[in-house]
Amino acid sequence: MSGAVIDGALQVLVVGAGAPLLVGFTRTLKARLVGRPGPGPVQPYRDLRKLLGKEPVVSDTTSWIFRVTPYLLAATMLVAALVVPVVTSRPALGFAGNAILLMALFLFGTFFLALAGLDAGSAFGGMGASREVAVAALAEPTVIVAIFALAMRAGTIDLGGVVERLGRQPWLAINPGHLLAFAAFFIVMLAETGRLPVDNPATHLELTMIHEAMVLEYSGRYLALVEWASAMKLFLFMTLLANLFVPWGVPTAATPTAVALGVMALAGKLVVLSAALAVTETLVAKLRLFRVPELLAGSFALAVLSVMAVFLLR
Amino acid sequence: MAPAVYGLAVAMSLAGAALGLYGLVGGAFTVTVPWLLPLGGVALEMDRLAGLFVALVALTAVPVSIYAVAYDRDGRGGGGAYLAFLAAMAVVPLAGNVITFLVAWELMSLASWLLIAREPRAGGPAWVYAVMTHAGFACLLVGMLLVGAHTGSLSFAEWRAAAPALAPATRDIAFVLLGLGFAGKAGVIPLHVWLPLAHPAAPSHVSALMSGVMVKLGVYGLIRIGLDWLGAGPPWWGVVILVAGTMSAVIGVLYALVEPDLKRLLAFSTIENVGIILVGLGAALVFAPVGAGPLAALALVAALYHTVNHAAFKALLFLGAGSVQHATSTRNMEDLGGLVKRMPWTAACFLVGAVAIAGLPPLNGFVSEWLTFQALLQNLDVARPELNLVFALALAGLALSAGLAVACFVKAFGITFLALPRRAEAASAHEAPAAMRVAMTALAAACVGLGIGATLIVPALAGVATDLSPGAAVPITVSGVAVRVSGDFASVSTLAVAGAFAGILLLLVVGLRRAGAAGARIAPTWGCGRIVQTARMEYTATAFANPFTRVFDFVYRPRKQRVVDTHPESRLFVRGIAYESSTRLLFEDWLYAPLMTALRRTTTAARAIQSGHANHYLAYILAALVVMLVFG
Repeated sequence: MSGAVIDGALQVLVVGAGAPLLVGFTRTLKARLVGRPGPGPVQPYRDLRKLLGKEPVVSDTTSWIFRVTPYLLAATMLVAALVVPVVTSRPALGFAGNAILLMALFLFGTFFLALAGLDAGSAFGGMGASREVAVAALAEPTVIVAIFALAMRAGTIDLGGVVERLGRQPWLAINPGHLLAFAAFFIVMLAETGRLPVDNPATHLELTMIHEAMVLEYSGRYLALVEWASAMKLFLFMTLLANLFVPWGVPTAATPTAVALGVMALAGKLVVLSAALAVTETLVAKLRLFRVPELLAGSFALAVLSVMAVFLLR
Repeated sequence: MAPAVYGLAVAMSLAGAALGLYGLVGGAFTVTVPWLLPLGGVALEMDRLAGLFVALVALTAVPVSIYAVAYDRDGRGGGGAYLAFLAAMAVVPLAGNVITFLVAWELMSLASWLLIAREPRAGGPAWVYAVMTHAGFACLLVGMLLVGAHTGSLSFAEWRAAAPALAPATRDIAFVLLGLGFAGKAGVIPLHVWLPLAHPAAPSHVSALMSGVMVKLGVYGLIRIGLDWLGAGPPWWGVVILVAGTMSAVIGVLYALVEPDLKRLLAFSTIENVGIILVGLGAALVFAPVGAGPLAALALVAALYHTVNHAAFKALLFLGAGSVQHATSTRNMEDLGGLVKRMPWTAACFLVGAVAIAGLPPLNGFVSEWLTFQALLQNLDVARPELNLVFALALAGLALSAGLAVACFVKAFGITFLALPRRAEAASAHEAPAAMRVAMTALAAACVGLGIGATLIVPALAGVATDLSPGAAVPITVSGVAVRVSGDFASVSTLAVAGAFAGILLLLVVGLRRAGAAGARIAPTWGCGRIVQTARMEYTATAFANPFTRVFDFVYRPRKQRVVDTHPESRLFVRGIAYESSTRLLFEDWLYAPLMTALRRTTTAARAIQSGHANHYLAYILAALVVMLVFG
């Protein structure tokens, strides 16, 4: 029991503390790729500290939903951090659900954030909320079919189970179907975490914003919580990609050395993934909003092909 | 007068709930009263499935009747019809023979029709409802007589024994006929047309019962014909239900998404949820005949769980919508807004219902959707590629509908309750009276309880599933606070998630307080420099749904009309602009409109023989007599 508590606290710490660094690292890489010096990778920590120290301004139109949402959102991501195999394959709350619980947790966050977007009564918030839920809804079929493809190969849908099975039998992970599912999931990650080409995390141009429009009214510590939660969502999605599709180096036992190795393996994988993200974001331009469904349909097709590959190759 | 009726209804329902729960835990009994009806008399038969549905009817009716005490103070809701409606719904699952079943079924339909028809401006919807429900009744009647003729009995218990020996063709025809009848009542697409008309027309407490419970009796019928009365059928029975369920889930929620009328939105969402239930049931019917008994039991448990859950959150949402209508005299979301400040209690309850129906953890909708997903995800145990493909598409459809449901209920809650009121009626809204608040709170508590208490609910439902598919062990075990599915395949624990969530939330709030973060400055919403904020600057329900209208325009076929009224001297001087945009309904346009045209044409043609001369009619009688003598 105490082992589970320590293990859980460690995962929460890794996700909570590592997420801003991941965002900062990606930003620095992106800046370098386009020839700017850019801020250092620890800049997000400074931003969060600054925001936490500021007095928030709250619209007089809003209700309790607006004030509660940032806390709910951050708590949701931290609970998700207990479910995802981050540093061990058997996280503290691993028994409490699987990939479907995880997606539902992310949707829970989106649900409240969208409500908060509507709460201030400005057109920006409504616009962002409407677009965010549209993208989230259209990404769901891909998620589930990609999970199905994974579950078919691993014989379980339990996240820890998938990691252990693929870790023991690496050849399961080296086949075209697995790669297709990875590609599908990568696109879903771009959509769900508001990255290019679906949404531009750096924009404040009214008509193209999705996520930023929805959280436009937030400031001070509320904004800090929202930003932190977005960073954690990115971190969790990347960890999922890293540990589900490249499941090597995830310790199955929670001994101190194994966990230390696990953290290092994860850091290595995340550096690679975040470089991939930075390159992708540098290479592509933002899609028009109504072209996004086409991208998601493409990722859905990849996921379905991945399922088909299982039939063909078994 | 009204409170007395509803008090009686509460008392009746409590008795019914006790009876139902007794049946659910395994108390079986049979009651026959041969003299009460012809053709076999009244026969009541209790088993676990019947107990579940009786308990469902009764336990939903308790809060709804309490709500009605305040909602329907002047007794406009028709006391006798209301009681008859409740009683008939409780008898349907208990019916042990054809005559009892059909009488109770028709009484249920008539009583609910009466409750709709006495509302002002409900003429059209009531007629559509009457026609659809009687078309369904005709299918049931023919189907039941067919089975009765071939088995030589009108008792369901004897069908069970005789059905496996029937010719496959007979069973297939009976399944199709009975299936049509029950699917019509359940609101399965394309037999759903009455639902979005009848539900909003009825008073809200009646809508809550119709949507939460009555359509579930259609599901009950489908369970009986698929797994019980007709014996185990071929896999295509299941495939048909699975495909119909997926279609209903996706199309139902798509229409809910663009609907600006709160109660119509809920009615379309009922179609979606019945679809989700049928995905589970269809999966059970596919798994059962191909030798995957445990998976069939799992899918059935998922379907039953969602049936129970939907009764709780849909009744809650309809009661919430009723409170809104009670307070503002409108159901149009485009006129509402800002109610969270004026009706905080209703808003909080509605929010619980919205989170639950959107399938978000840790509430009840999540648990049943999760179970449905687990049942579908294991379809690879069945090595039939064509079936696996159907399952993969059903999975995608279910996931899409789950995502769209989130969007739909963000809209339903956000536009109705948040931001500024859009009309004076919404600005002067008042909180619902105590009885209505009690009822909504009870149902909200049920949504929470059914969610975090999953470990207590699942074994009871597993008992029902074992009853229906004997021999198949239900692959669900409860270990501690977690529900495990198929050994190592998956597990879930809403209680653990809720506990961890509450703990972390507390730590966050306390931690930030300690760090000195408190207070906030109140200021107007940022608006690019405009002076005052009005409700006209808010996003509307239509605007919110716009991305979906554009993405799924092949379903909605949106119609836009813009009329610019210009000055006769110069078109540069605009006097007014009228803009209209609407979405169209697929099945109404493509199925029912041609059907109605054909029907009208046939009846017009048939009018030719109606000359009005008695001589002609006598000649017809003579001719008919001759024909019968020759061919008879």
